[in-house]
Amino acid sequence: MAHLIVSDVTLTFGGLQALTQVNLSIEPGFITSIIGPNGAGKTSLLNCVSGFYHPTKGEIQYGQRNLTHASPHQISSMGIARAFQNLELFRGLSVLDNLLLARHQNLQYSILHAIIYFGKTSRLEAENRTYVEKVINFMELEPYRKKMVGNLSYGVQKRVEVARALTLAPKLLLLDEPMAGMNIEEKEDIVRFILDLKKEWGTTVVLVEHDLGVVMDISDQIYVLDFGEVIGSGTPNDVASNPKVIEAYIGEE
Amino acid sequence: MNYFFQLVISGIVVGSIYALSGLGFVLIYKSSRVLNIAHGQIIAAGAFITYALTVWVDIPIYISFPMSMVLTFFLAMSVERVFLRRLIGEPIISVIMVTIGLMSILDGLIYLTPFGSENFSFPPFLPTTPISVAGVSVSWTQMVGVVITFTLIGAFSWFFKKSTVGISMRAVSDDQMASMSIGISVPRVFGLAWATAGLSAAAAGGIIGNITGLNFETLHAFGIIVFPVVILGGLDSILGAVVAGIIMGLVQQFASGYLDGNWGLSGTGEVMPYIILLVILLFKPHGLFGIHEIERV
Repeated sequence: MAHLIVSDVTLTFGGLQALTQVNLSIEPGFITSIIGPNGAGKTSLLNCVSGFYHPTKGEIQYGQRNLTHASPHQISSMGIARAFQNLELFRGLSVLDNLLLARHQNLQYSILHAIIYFGKTSRLEAENRTYVEKVINFMELEPYRKKMVGNLSYGVQKRVEVARALTLAPKLLLLDEPMAGMNIEEKEDIVRFILDLKKEWGTTVVLVEHDLGVVMDISDQIYVLDFGEVIGSGTPNDVASNPKVIEAYIGEE
Repeated sequence: MNYFFQLVISGIVVGSIYALSGLGFVLIYKSSRVLNIAHGQIIAAGAFITYALTVWVDIPIYISFPMSMVLTFFLAMSVERVFLRRLIGEPIISVIMVTIGLMSILDGLIYLTPFGSENFSFPPFLPTTPISVAGVSVSWTQMVGVVITFTLIGAFSWFFKKSTVGISMRAVSDDQMASMSIGISVPRVFGLAWATAGLSAAAAGGIIGNITGLNFETLHAFGIIVFPVVILGGLDSILGAVVAGIIMGLVQQFASGYLDGNWGLSGTGEVMPYIILLVILLFKPHGLFGIHEIERV
């Protein structure tokens, strides 16, 4: 499995330094969390990895491939999927259609096959549907399968967002605050999904999250960002005892 | 009564061409939310390419017509690639300003060619005696024009509803971020939207040229009437463009057929579409088939 390596990434917008020489090494099969106060550059970092921004300096390497200048659709085809902090769903479609649409981009059949339909096309469509159903079961979205996404509650929409990323069968999943604005039960559900994902599917997860309790409980590895710089990294215990991190979170004594 | 039916027929003929002209506009708006002000110029370019191929190069029309559609497909695609690709992510208003500039440039270029000032007419390739049924007559060119128009509109609707590229276009128009994250290339979709718009524009141009003859001023006016048509139809609906196109065609024909010459009126055909547009927008501000977005806060 591929290793994601971010080396010396700097991102500037005009005079604003969003990221300064960030180095990350994301181990395959791990849950890696990125934490930090608001405006620390966590989402900017995810945007660089998923191709929405391109670093001003530095390199991003995924396995053998260089992601530094790749565009979002190329990155998604390499097996890196992303769930957004602010929901980016097709609100007018049902949950099922949202997921099928994500799957659709991988369909490889010609227009001739599509017209004949039987054979290759129907087999591929059936495989897609089976895969989508697997994701729906996994994310426990069965009751909402045919409901229009725009009408679902916020918590469920967040789950659909994660499900859509999963439909792409990613090797590496980037989750941007998947628990923001949720109540305790909804948070516990998401935590359970993330842990199962690691255990059953072997997916590498990068998690950006504010809830420190959750992060400390489930992460294998944590990076702490503050003002665009990595101020600490390591296991949850290392990070919790790092004086710089305590300073950023609680302030100086 | 015959006069009435005659007006209905010519209204439908003109209206279906409005619909086809509006289609290209809708395709671009639907995928990128850009109003392409230069659409009339692309229609004119398509029409002139068809003429040049048919008359100057002397290719039979049933080959030159699809050929000019293909050429205009690539013309529109390169316009997008050169002028609009770098504006992705910029405010929509800047992009619209660029299409205004594009309109002026294309206008200027067309004025440099012989097409800018003279009238041209296609050599007739269909029987010239009109078909007449119960005193109402339709010319063969009009018949064939309408049939081609509706075939193309049908093909485009199918393309948009069912094909992978069409579905990607709709996905991009709904949510660009989400589309990118599921592996759709947004620049490619925009390029294809422009290209298919060029394709339909060339068809519209070729049909207008065959029915009414070619004159840049007329084609220019056509490009402008596309606006009330697509606004009435709701800007992003293909069905809307068809219905609104035919309504506008009928309104225009009835106005000039019944109002002109009475009470000292003239040129009502040009004004009436806008009056109808204003009245309908009073009651349906999103157009007849436009999407009414409700923002949940």
